[in-house]
Amino acid sequence: MIALRPRSLDEMVRHLEGDPGLIPVAGCTDLMVRGPEALHRIDKVIDLLGIPELRGSRAVDGGLEIGAATTFTEIRSSAAVRAAFPALVEAAGQVGGWQIQNRATLGGNIANASPAGDSLPVLLALDAVVVVAGRKGQREIPYAEFHTGYRKTALEPGEIIVRVRLPHLPAGSIQSFRKVGTREAQAISKVVVALVGRVDSGRIAELRLAAGSVAPVPVRLRAAEEAVRGLPPEAEAANRAGSIAAQEVQPIDDVRSTAEYRRYVLERVVRRMVLGLVG
Amino acid sequence: MAEVESDRGGCRMTTSFLLNGQSIEAEGHPMERLLDVVREQLGLTGTKEGCGEGECGACTVLLDGEPVLSCLVPLFQCEGRRVETVEALAGRPDGPLRETLERFVATGGVQCGACTPGIVVTLAALLERNATPSREEAREALAGNLCRCTGYEGILRALLPALGPEDSKA
Repeated sequence: MIALRPRSLDEMVRHLEGDPGLIPVAGCTDLMVRGPEALHRIDKVIDLLGIPELRGSRAVDGGLEIGAATTFTEIRSSAAVRAAFPALVEAAGQVGGWQIQNRATLGGNIANASPAGDSLPVLLALDAVVVVAGRKGQREIPYAEFHTGYRKTALEPGEIIVRVRLPHLPAGSIQSFRKVGTREAQAISKVVVALVGRVDSGRIAELRLAAGSVAPVPVRLRAAEEAVRGLPPEAEAANRAGSIAAQEVQPIDDVRSTAEYRRYVLERVVRRMVLGLVG
Repeated sequence: MAEVESDRGGCRMTTSFLLNGQSIEAEGHPMERLLDVVREQLGLTGTKEGCGEGECGACTVLLDGEPVLSCLVPLFQCEGRRVETVEALAGRPDGPLRETLERFVATGGVQCGACTPGIVVTLAALLERNATPSREEAREALAGNLCRCTGYEGILRALLPALGPEDSKA
């Protein structure tokens, strides 16, 4: 068994060059649920929590970057994130309970690539960019292109997510987030939705809608966005966005919910969020 | 310590950390759950396993003062860190947690008791940060601790003795 604990990004990259099969871990909240027998079969991990370059946030030209190993508790308490991206703070507060938020990380939520990941629709609606590092150096992947299929990502072997860049939104933008689950906290979502939008001169000037748990990957609701851009943010536009959103997704029946319920809820959540654009 | 290696055959290693204020060395597979180390190897059975998959909060311990689920923490990540369990936290002779625990039975904060150790650990962390939490703050802190018996009212009353069940702010 090998358990590597690099103390810098360079050291991490060197380890992964030597062995791209190392399993990257941070808060371990999605890994440890496999149970003791499966865990004892794991023979090589690389711990990302001790790498300072992967922790916290920093302002960059035109936006904010958040390190991949930043926990949801850290995101919730970051003044910079709270000021610029309240929808991400809202999502961070609904990832499990306090104990989970103290361990689970933004990069882990992305890399685990569950269609139900709570923060993922927010990243989609915010037009996030994922910065990854590997033996060929660093590269950037638009988050919209990151999930390539159910539990599949654009990461190559030996590549690690190092940070997420969120571009600042124009003044007057509205952000909202809604998770629907069995309980208010500590439940995997049945439907999760994020909205970023802006109203100008009484019309919807900008609208980005994204949803989770309604398709094999988190998805932008582009047909719904297109259908109402330019309309006043009133009942007609809200109803239209909701019903088109419910049609353009591919939810399934599973242990947590049914496809029918997910469409029904998505329609109503989108409708209310669009009405909320008038703030 | 930057890295840990042990021979592939044995899959065991020694991890050193502070447990309830004492330096200890635990032996085990690096991915061993902290929960199992605490209960089976160190004999501290106050920490309970409820669901074993991060949903219930019964196995809550403090890691460097932060509440975490010990069923989701691998042993190797405890190296050099501070772990506190319900035994030490509930055993403190005074402080806001002590006062809360003394009210717990009278208010009906305990019924079957399976969730109680985890709730006590979470409350210890909450009261450490905020000795006079509002009802809302207490509810949010406890959101990751499932209790199927009390409906939480008895727990909140123990925490907020001055409040009735409908009050919203301390």
